[in-house]
Amino acid sequence: MITRRTLMTVAGFAFSAVVALPATAQEVVKIGLVLPMTGPFASTGRQVEAGVKAYIALNGESVAGKKIEVVLRDDAGVADQTRRIAQELVVNDGVKLLMGFGLTPLAMSVAPVLNQAKVPAIITSATTSAIMPQSQYFVRTSMAGPQSAVPVATWAVQNNLKRVVTLVSDYGPGIDIEKGFTNQFKKDGGTIVEAVRVPLANPDFAPFLQRVRDSKPDAVFVFVPSGVGSLFMKQFVERGLAEAGIKLIGTGDITDDDLLNGIGPAAKGVITGHFYSALHDSPENKAFVEQMKKANKGMRPNFMSVGGYDAMHLAYESLKKTNGATDGAKLVDVMKGMSWTSPRGPITIDPDTRDIVQDIYMREVKEVNGELYNVEFATYPKIKDPNAAAK
Amino acid sequence: MLTILFDGVAYGMLLFILACGLTVTLGLMNFINLAHGAFAMAGGYVTVVMMNRYGISFYWCLPAAFIASALIGLVLERTLYQWLYQVSHLDQVLFSIGIVFMAVAATDYFMGGQQQLINLPPELSGRMDVFGVGVGRYRLFTIVVCAALALALQLILSKTRFGSRLRAAVDDRRVAMGLGINVPLVFALTFAFGSGLAGLGGAMGAEILGLDPNFPLKFMIYFLIVVSVGGTSTVSGPFLAAMLLGIADVAGKYYVPAIGPFVIYALMIVMLIVRPNGLFSRGSR
Repeated sequence: MITRRTLMTVAGFAFSAVVALPATAQEVVKIGLVLPMTGPFASTGRQVEAGVKAYIALNGESVAGKKIEVVLRDDAGVADQTRRIAQELVVNDGVKLLMGFGLTPLAMSVAPVLNQAKVPAIITSATTSAIMPQSQYFVRTSMAGPQSAVPVATWAVQNNLKRVVTLVSDYGPGIDIEKGFTNQFKKDGGTIVEAVRVPLANPDFAPFLQRVRDSKPDAVFVFVPSGVGSLFMKQFVERGLAEAGIKLIGTGDITDDDLLNGIGPAAKGVITGHFYSALHDSPENKAFVEQMKKANKGMRPNFMSVGGYDAMHLAYESLKKTNGATDGAKLVDVMKGMSWTSPRGPITIDPDTRDIVQDIYMREVKEVNGELYNVEFATYPKIKDPNAAAK
Repeated sequence: MLTILFDGVAYGMLLFILACGLTVTLGLMNFINLAHGAFAMAGGYVTVVMMNRYGISFYWCLPAAFIASALIGLVLERTLYQWLYQVSHLDQVLFSIGIVFMAVAATDYFMGGQQQLINLPPELSGRMDVFGVGVGRYRLFTIVVCAALALALQLILSKTRFGSRLRAAVDDRRVAMGLGINVPLVFALTFAFGSGLAGLGGAMGAEILGLDPNFPLKFMIYFLIVVSVGGTSTVSGPFLAAMLLGIADVAGKYYVPAIGPFVIYALMIVMLIVRPNGLFSRGSR
């Protein structure tokens, strides 16, 4: 029979084992990587994971005398799972830094865990403006709200696209981007003819596209998540909107590097604004793309994987600065204001908002060496999150 | 206006082809097969693999999708489904939803989670003007194919010997067997045919509805709406229901985009209140 005493003894042993663990494994710093590896957002998870691995492959497994161990966990894109996993990682696995978070609600759900455990979390994918104020321990390397939409608005007005219909997916990031684009566009003197919001789980874009066509704008500004984005592009062409003289502009989500070749010739000539193109011309990016292709059967990195890559860079650099100390508040402190040259170009962590400040490029889809790429033709430097700045 | 109607009809036709297999299994064989969408997905992926990996023409992919899904349906019917005809509906639901989850996970593992895209032959892409109405070529193709199929299906069920055997087997399994009808064979063929239609629907829908591993879950609701509004005892019921839903969905999203996605559900509720047994029911069973 198991008495209370034996139970206590067992518990006591288990407890001392947990306490003893950090002492014996002094040299290891664990980083918890929480991503949707299955479910509808699995492609996000795969890209970020590949980016993280690419960084480790290029920069070694140890930094500041510590060995880095990445613990990858799958949350399948479900917020309560994300939170449970984050908690387990912090409490049971002794993780000192969290990373990942594919979608806004997933990132939001871990905020209380971070605040209580004082563990920093680097967001590699989720983009809405509303996340950052939730916790002092959030730092972001993906994109800050409608960052990429603002230059598109400026560019559109400069290029005589004055009457625009916006079409966004009806959820947090979509509404953020609609707001960011519309504010800038109106400020520059453009007119929004109509604002269409499309349900997130929308199988057929036909009626919405017809509506856009019938209101005869100069251009339609589009944000939909990258998976359905490719479907959108095909239907855009099928409906003959291009022939009707309506230009397609948007954020880079619709011309995701990962899917661009699958969309085919339909994508040619589409103008988007975004922070990363796999064709970005820099030695950092060449090394990154090469490593990604080598390690993942020729997979082309997209903007998700660069978020993962930079998150690792931020983790490494901050550990260097603290000489390997893993105190949460200290790590966040040294991350603030950090600047470096990422494969996407120069980026900075804003010391006030802990959010990313980066260059946004205007790109056009063109064929390069038989493949479709986003070819950058203009740079809008040091764009901040316009929604946060307005406060 | 007419363009919207046209798009709605094309969408409805697609829904019908996807869902009519479900009508057959649910209405005629009295089996609740929530895994129906998985067969549609199988057809879609067969098309994607054939076109993108082997460069086979789209027109050959359609029959191939039909045959592949029908074969999968046949094998599953013989090995798994046939043991469940006599069990309660709840067990059938649990069993088939389990198949859905397995199909989703397996597809994700083998094909990856991303959206699959196909490139249509040039004569099917783009649009043309018919009497001043803008018409998408592929949508026109969809309407023609689906209408032909619906007609053929109706004729098979009502005019052929196989159709009458099937109806006999459904109405009274024991008597039908006593009359020398090979009921298990009839059921197996019917199930395979229904699955094949779903596969064809999945193949044709890949361009309009998209295709990813969550396809069976995403569209299960639409199938069930079509079948529940249309009733399960005829083919024409679900056909009209699919048309109605397709047009209402497209028109709703066009004219009132703010509440567009709800139109289809509101319509379903109204229809079910007015005709609880479906549009053309033979009265309650």
